[in-house]
Amino acid sequence: MHAHSDASAEQAAERTASWPGEIFAILKRLGVRQVPYVPDAGHAELINRVLAEPSMRAIPLTTEQEGIALLLGAWAGGQRGVLLMQSSGVGNCINMLALTQIFSFPFLTLVTMRGEWGEFNPWQVPMGSSTQGAFELSGVKVLRASHPSEVREVMEAAANQAFHALTPTAMLLSQRLIGTRVFVK
Amino acid sequence: MSNANHLDRRQVVATLLADRKGAVAIGGLGASTYDIAAAGDHDRNLYLWGAMGGAVMIGLGLALAQPELPVVVITGDGEMLMGMGSLATVGLQQPKNLTIVVLDNESYGETGGQPSHTAAAADLVGIARACGISDSRALTTQMELKTFAKSLHEVSAGPRFANVKIDAANLERVLSNRDGRFILTRLRGSLGFKPI
Repeated sequence: MHAHSDASAEQAAERTASWPGEIFAILKRLGVRQVPYVPDAGHAELINRVLAEPSMRAIPLTTEQEGIALLLGAWAGGQRGVLLMQSSGVGNCINMLALTQIFSFPFLTLVTMRGEWGEFNPWQVPMGSSTQGAFELSGVKVLRASHPSEVREVMEAAANQAFHALTPTAMLLSQRLIGTRVFVK
Repeated sequence: MSNANHLDRRQVVATLLADRKGAVAIGGLGASTYDIAAAGDHDRNLYLWGAMGGAVMIGLGLALAQPELPVVVITGDGEMLMGMGSLATVGLQQPKNLTIVVLDNESYGETGGQPSHTAAAADLVGIARACGISDSRALTTQMELKTFAKSLHEVSAGPRFANVKIDAANLERVLSNRDGRFILTRLRGSLGFKPI
């Protein structure tokens, strides 16, 4: 009974948190231990939560492709992980994504989108426009959340299929969800 | 392309793994994987036939997950150059149980022996040290290798990096298993993890 009420309290807390807080709570509940990332403003709250969580290790990368290889090693050693990056980093990953098909390990990445919804910076548009296609051509299933109210549900689905069905999965966090970065007043 | 002053790659890897005990060996794509296979197939070998530049990061993820387990990455200069940023990532994480050995023939042996950057100015020992892997060294004799091989098991003293200049002769390929699912399941099984 005690365990059950703890779980209920945990899930109630997940529902009242900000959307990055909801993602964090789900990752924690699912036992994610290694969180490699190339930073993005859209991931800032989640990264700060991971940095403050003793059971998780935040691992800054020099390039996003490092994170795919790292997560394979983590799984070989019995740990789950999740890779955080911005859409511009997806192109850096293409060849390394072969690892997800060759080794069939649980691969989950959370990608903050740029180059869509009111983008100011034209340099973000090419990679942002091909992010989903690049993943799909590389054998990674894509799920997307565009509104705060659906983040929790999409995150649950993405984590379940990645961790339980060994389906390489990318969850895209829309620019509409994150907010368009403002460069001019 | 032979150089009498450089070591034989098969002997180098055989020496490194002769008394490996429970150590995990990860081989970068190309001849390094053949060298590990030639030293003997093992439940704790993870062979790469692609994913160039990823070997060190696989070692890092495993070393962080299992801090008491000696993990050794054995790769070539070309593969290491492609994943050079991962040395900075290792330098930041300081995994004490991770060892990186580069078999440096100063060339891309698999593709016709084109000279690599280490044939000119690129100094991988200096790069590794400057990335924060303070125990970075060049190994030039079998005696040094034997001593170094023992240190792989000191899981509280890493990370360590060693560059070994090897003879560039192309040796007969010793083909390892190429079925990634089998290799990963076997490795995980030897560490006590079941398939999902």
